[in-house]
Amino acid sequence: MTDLTQLTLTEAREGLAGKQFTAVELAEAHLAAIEAARALNAYVLETPEQALAMAKAADSRLQRGEGGRLEGIPIGVKDLFATEGVRTTASSRILGNFVPTYESTVTSQLWRDGAVMLGKLNNDEFAMGSSNETSAFGPVVNPILPANWNAEKARAALAGDKKGLLVPGGSSGGSSAAVAAHLCLGATATDTGGSIRQPAAFTGTVGIKPTYGRCSRWGIVAFASSLDQAGPIAKTVRDCAALMTSMAGHDPKDSTSVDLPVPDFEAAVGRSVAGKTIGIPREYRVEGMPAEIEALWKKGADMLRAAGARIVDVSLPHTKYALPAYYIVAPAEASSNLARYDGVRYGLRVPGKDITDLYEQTRAQGFGREVKRRIMIGTYVLSAGYYDAYYLRAQKIRTLIKKDFEDVYASGVDAILTPATPSAAFGIAEMADADPVQMYLNDIFTVTVNMAGLPGLALPGGTDAAGLPLGLQLIGRPFDEETLFSLGSVIEEQAGRITAPRWW
Amino acid sequence: MSVDAATVRRIARLSRIALPEQDVPVMQDEINAILGFVEQLGEVNVEGVEPMTSVTPMALKMRDDVVTDGEKASKVIANAPQSEDHYFLVPKVVE
Repeated sequence: MTDLTQLTLTEAREGLAGKQFTAVELAEAHLAAIEAARALNAYVLETPEQALAMAKAADSRLQRGEGGRLEGIPIGVKDLFATEGVRTTASSRILGNFVPTYESTVTSQLWRDGAVMLGKLNNDEFAMGSSNETSAFGPVVNPILPANWNAEKARAALAGDKKGLLVPGGSSGGSSAAVAAHLCLGATATDTGGSIRQPAAFTGTVGIKPTYGRCSRWGIVAFASSLDQAGPIAKTVRDCAALMTSMAGHDPKDSTSVDLPVPDFEAAVGRSVAGKTIGIPREYRVEGMPAEIEALWKKGADMLRAAGARIVDVSLPHTKYALPAYYIVAPAEASSNLARYDGVRYGLRVPGKDITDLYEQTRAQGFGREVKRRIMIGTYVLSAGYYDAYYLRAQKIRTLIKKDFEDVYASGVDAILTPATPSAAFGIAEMADADPVQMYLNDIFTVTVNMAGLPGLALPGGTDAAGLPLGLQLIGRPFDEETLFSLGSVIEEQAGRITAPRWW
Repeated sequence: MSVDAATVRRIARLSRIALPEQDVPVMQDEINAILGFVEQLGEVNVEGVEPMTSVTPMALKMRDDVVTDGEKASKVIANAPQSEDHYFLVPKVVE
């Protein structure tokens, strides 16, 4: 039998429908692949018993002709989603052995439609990071080989300190690496400033951050509530659309989730894009941008033009202020959201001489450096005397950023094309001595989309000279993810997929 | 704007994070790097601009004012580091 893990979600679904293999066989193939890839550190918890039980139930539903849209499809779940009875940590020591007594809305919808859970995926602690290196479980290895490395050299590094191997991006680094390494057919992820799209770009996978409000945030560990959105990472545009159709939808338990009908996003894949107007924002041509990124961007525009789209130059004048404004708004919200980790109700507890000392010791030992720094920045910008200068000003700038997009869409633009990241994946530990702002610059092209609440799709556009994947980003109108899937499938058809050979 | 060591200690205290004295200078440098980065926001003219309160324009949905949840104390304290009779236990707060 062919290696079932190499299939796309769509191919696997056809195989299951055609009875070429069973959901149990599909789950077993993935569980074996996960076991053989433990050194990549993509999964922080494997749930084989659950996977096999769910697969068995899927097989009997398929047998009866009652299969849901994802019946029998094995997926990985970012460890930010609460899963009932299954440890959920946000990759932080402070959650310790937290076992939720409830299921997040997004995952419950995936199980409703027949998906099978393989396990929980690594991520940057509380989704704060762009390389998956802030995880309490340690870094994840990108299955894409570094430039000029062979399998032997990579295996040696994997057995050692992992230096030189590539990061899978972050914060959804476990999700992107697991999809790229064929350790699941798709994964859930979350995106606050680029955490779905940047990892997708670094691993040659496809990821979409839906419009704010499209997916319920209920049961997802909160980072910055006005920016957080769940979305899928998968091998193809169609696979992403299939997962998204299941994940989206109104939820009375999240007052910011929008009560709009969920279209069948798969129907948009392959739809003609002739006559669509695509904006190229001049402000994204940043200083020092590598020529390869510039060339990729142009190639992406050419592909859309070849499919009949019209390409126009547009201006988003406040682009450069999105990242600094984000680094006020996001830490401010995080400092408030993370106040709940107090050593009293759940998770880690470090004894103290009184209750305040208990809080302070618990939080000092439970949070990693990046998280502590962001909580402190957030506390500072919200503190008396600084609120107006920092937080209020940032929220006003956020209004201006959103208005930039509104003006462009009002002029008749259907979607915007940009590079997904300013560079290809970098090496593990390479940024260790850089100041925090250098790492933050990874999100320069993605963060505007969160600030404006818009949908953004990242997909492979090509490779750099060394063969590393480079991603393109399509930004849509609010709640028009369908146009992104249509445009994305046009690019995918011409650019092709990027797959990592198995070397680990 | 930049912060001095005393301010870093004060923010740590407000954040309820114990910060050992030897970690203060590094944290101070990192916070100042970020504050330096966000300083450019001062260039933007925000005269008459409303601060964003909701990124998606929508009216908050109302629900019926009825009890929909509760009576699950065991579930609520299931993950508590220390509990007794459905109460969370903490060090003595009131003498």
